[in-house]
Amino acid sequence: MLLNQGIYSGNRDGFEVVHMIRAFWAELNRDLLLAFRRRGDLLNPLLFFVMVVVLFPLGVSPAADFLAQLAPGVLWVCALLAALLSLDNLFKSDYEDGTLEQLVLSSESNYMTAMAKAIAHWLTTGLLLALMAPLLALMLFLPTEAIPVLVISLLLGTPTLSLIGAIAAALTVGLKKGGVLISLLVIPLYIPVLIFGASAVQNATLGLPVAAHFAILGAMLIMSLVLAPFAIAASLRMSVSS
Amino acid sequence: MAKKQIMPLWFYRLASPKYCYQITATLLPYFAAITLALLSIGIVWALLFAPQDYQQGNSFRIIYIHVPSALLAQSIYLTMALSGAIGIIWKMKIADMVAYACAPIGASMAFVALITGAIWGKPTWGSWWVWDARLTSMLILLFLYFGVMALYSAMGNSASAARAAAILSLVGLVNIPIIKYSVDWWNTLHQPATFTLTEKPAMPVEMWLPLLVMVLGFYFFFATAMLLRLRNEILLREKRTSWVKQLVSEL
Repeated sequence: MLLNQGIYSGNRDGFEVVHMIRAFWAELNRDLLLAFRRRGDLLNPLLFFVMVVVLFPLGVSPAADFLAQLAPGVLWVCALLAALLSLDNLFKSDYEDGTLEQLVLSSESNYMTAMAKAIAHWLTTGLLLALMAPLLALMLFLPTEAIPVLVISLLLGTPTLSLIGAIAAALTVGLKKGGVLISLLVIPLYIPVLIFGASAVQNATLGLPVAAHFAILGAMLIMSLVLAPFAIAASLRMSVSS
Repeated sequence: MAKKQIMPLWFYRLASPKYCYQITATLLPYFAAITLALLSIGIVWALLFAPQDYQQGNSFRIIYIHVPSALLAQSIYLTMALSGAIGIIWKMKIADMVAYACAPIGASMAFVALITGAIWGKPTWGSWWVWDARLTSMLILLFLYFGVMALYSAMGNSASAARAAAILSLVGLVNIPIIKYSVDWWNTLHQPATFTLTEKPAMPVEMWLPLLVMVLGFYFFFATAMLLRLRNEILLREKRTSWVKQLVSEL
């Protein structure tokens, strides 16, 4: 990027921005196309989400009032785990076939590529999980008025999970035994999102205001959207160079 | 043209593993002696001579371990993240080694703070653990240390492991202000900060002076323990250099 700046003199800044946005869309397009070509893999996190949620009525208690109390936390924890487990594949195939190396070496902005990859991950996991959540909420007897809050909180929270998770996925992509390590690195950083997401839904079931929770989830999203790509790009450079 | 020198020469030379090993050899005995003196004075003063609390009786004395270890757990995290950043930016081997040396000491301090807090919580709050903001953020800090240590153990002590751990600890840095201000932002059971730079402590002098001695003693303990680990690490990573080989052959 720095090298390129010497070549495009004149209206350089405008050119750079357009160029970066184009790189972003190209990467997003490619990742979504790849995900769509392997539709079976798209289902895996969703199936995991459904199956783990089903374990709770069977393992703890099927009583409706008890499940309704448990539902906000269970739904959020299960969505978080589903998003977490899908992180392992985020950069794996690109790393193995050398695409990642080419991306890091290319003159395109690594920042934009990293952001595109994290957003593609969200579109193929978090978004689907949020859309799936109302069905599971009904099975757990979550009061109907809390369901929109559940969906909105997941829509605001899961992109943050994807962005933070992508850092850990990028750090561990070169390791043979990445799986459990990713969870160790990521779960501490996921806790704040879980706290505010689940307590928004909890408040909605009690008829309390949720605007403050949404504001904090939104703030965390904006902060991670701006800052996480730096860390993802730096981690990818580290993983590729080692 | 040579760059202008801002710091004294010995400061720049600290970046060389060989010189750092030599200078820490002369510093270490002083640090160890100060640690021993401060900690023994502090413990005797705190446990025998500091007055009892009018409500908590003698059980408050655990503050003399709890506060220093909690302070240190956060300071060490800051040290680890900043030296990791220095390692990334200026590619200094010593900074990477300092970050590596910090992680387990910081984790043990966070653990001590949590354990002493639990022991203190039982008689005063009536339970070992409360899910309050200060306790939870401190637990997250412990998990962050575990994450950094897990990353080191998965990647060995190579240059890329140092970069990976530095990135992770910089990301985890967001937790430090949350711990610091958790007692102000949320209504918590945990009491507000014991020491602030701007105000007088809420405790009488006879109580906080031994605490200050303990805090300083803990900081010197950290310096001593960190230097010991750092020196080991220098020898391990520089084992192929001639000065380490010569040092070993002289033993």
